[in-house]
Amino acid sequence: MVYLPHTDEERRQMLEAIGVESLEALFADIPPAYRYPELGLPEPLSEAEILQELTELSQANLNASLVPTFLGAGAYRHWSPSVIDYLISRGEFATAYTPYQPEVSQGTLQAIFEYQSMICDLTGMEVANASHYDGATATAEAVIQAINVFRLKRKKIVLSPTLHPQYREVVRTYTQGMGLDIVGDDDPQRSLEALIALVDADTACVIVQSPNFLGEIEPLAGLADRIHAQDPRTLLAVVTNPLSLGLFTPPGDYGADIVLGEGQPLGLGLNFGGPYLGFYATREKYLRQLAGRLVGETVDVDGKRGFTLTLSTREQHIRREKATSNICTNQGLMALAATIYLAALGKQGLRKIAELNYHKAHYAAQQINVLEGYEVLTTKPFFNEFMVACPASVEEINDFLLDDYDIEIIGGYDLGRNFPGWENRMLIAVTEMNSREEIDDFIEALEEFAAIHQAGGGDHHD
Amino acid sequence: MKIDPNVRYSESHEWARQADDLIIIGISDYAQSTLSDIVYIELPEVGDEIAKGEQFGVVESVKAAADVYAPMSGEVVAINEALEDQPELVNEDAFGEGWLLKIQPSDPGEWESLLDAEAYKKVVEAEEAH
Repeated sequence: MVYLPHTDEERRQMLEAIGVESLEALFADIPPAYRYPELGLPEPLSEAEILQELTELSQANLNASLVPTFLGAGAYRHWSPSVIDYLISRGEFATAYTPYQPEVSQGTLQAIFEYQSMICDLTGMEVANASHYDGATATAEAVIQAINVFRLKRKKIVLSPTLHPQYREVVRTYTQGMGLDIVGDDDPQRSLEALIALVDADTACVIVQSPNFLGEIEPLAGLADRIHAQDPRTLLAVVTNPLSLGLFTPPGDYGADIVLGEGQPLGLGLNFGGPYLGFYATREKYLRQLAGRLVGETVDVDGKRGFTLTLSTREQHIRREKATSNICTNQGLMALAATIYLAALGKQGLRKIAELNYHKAHYAAQQINVLEGYEVLTTKPFFNEFMVACPASVEEINDFLLDDYDIEIIGGYDLGRNFPGWENRMLIAVTEMNSREEIDDFIEALEEFAAIHQAGGGDHHD
Repeated sequence: MKIDPNVRYSESHEWARQADDLIIIGISDYAQSTLSDIVYIELPEVGDEIAKGEQFGVVESVKAAADVYAPMSGEVVAINEALEDQPELVNEDAFGEGWLLKIQPSDPGEWESLLDAEAYKKVVEAEEAH
């Protein structure tokens, strides 16, 4: 196969075939200002020069694997066993693209099948798809599934205010133009009670997150029943952290109709924000409204076990504009990484990692809560993340931790970025990667900041 | 291929049968044979209004998913619930056991605009010639 783009001769032939004189004439409908914009690119560099430049650029970053970090808010620093990178780097897995041809894709198909089975196990659900881009897009797909279950007749979607702010934003982006009424998340203080009260006969689904964006475990027991008391058919979708399911009861056991979330905690690196992994599972009765690829187990002509894509009539290459989703591929390589992670850890291992997260986070919360000037605001049970009221703005504290303290520390998430008036509230994530020493350093640093701040503040910017 | 002489047809291969004051709706034998093995049928709900010429459901086979259009307008009074577990009834008996739904027609006069067996046969022949 030739990997070169079209030759001038081929371009000429194609233009001739469609009866257009030149490439410029073909693009005549595009306004001139956008046709060939000035890109302002620098002159080309040699391989050695570009490597030098990129290395220098990368050194300007603070590497989360080299300094203590307490930043989470949806993406977490976890241990990624080296077997993951070793296996996903194998040539056989080099393309993550849809394995349409089962006769040459058994390895990839089986890996996806195993992934789907593990996600079902983990979430307590009946069917899982081959994955979405990330937790945010998976959340948007839940909305689309729900309105398809009601054949577009129900237009109301109730979102919990403690659903990840970016997920809420992506839900709105994905569904713009669909005429939906998305409610519930406008008041960050709205209780679960008040949220349930919004459910009516026009509500397609309720989406809650647990552990929620603020780290708290929501009381999922009985939630489905309470929603169904408002309307018996409204769907309940639960966004969750898959690692927390090593310790907590899966949402499927509480009657959720859809369980989904961000798969990044399953051994995927922070990766500068992606690629990540959206996992998604639902009840078998919603199979037809489920988006994305599905791999099924079957037998070949000789009766031997094999794997193949199944139920693809739901998808866009067959259903066109009637398809239940525009997702046409999956995060194959990331799903593979998560599968290897879960297989390497096993049930016991996953529980152990989840316990480490839980205990380390609770140790940190306990220590921070007794510090002068700080107060842990999380009152519900939590997993590995909690909210703290600080003596100054989080921005100021994080600057201190990075630039002015003895060692560099990446502090927690600044909740003021999403919630007006919460500029002094920090969301702190503690994972199995944070050693006791790191946590103690962090606590000392917070204490020192408070002392300096109380003594007059400001002078730590020397 | 069968063409039932006692029903009327749309050009999009649905049939309609008068049963007292109701209309029974299905897809033709030609339609089912073109689709091949049917695996899933999505139907409206009882009480829904369907409008002549508008899509009311989807018939999904192992090789394609086809929209089905209402040959006449009216309110759905029954759906063929057997199809949920046995969609193959449409393959086996398109004009009988494989019916899709019954409607109370809102404009019984629409019946006259449908094709009779003779005219429908010509539609099928024209399509097969392509």
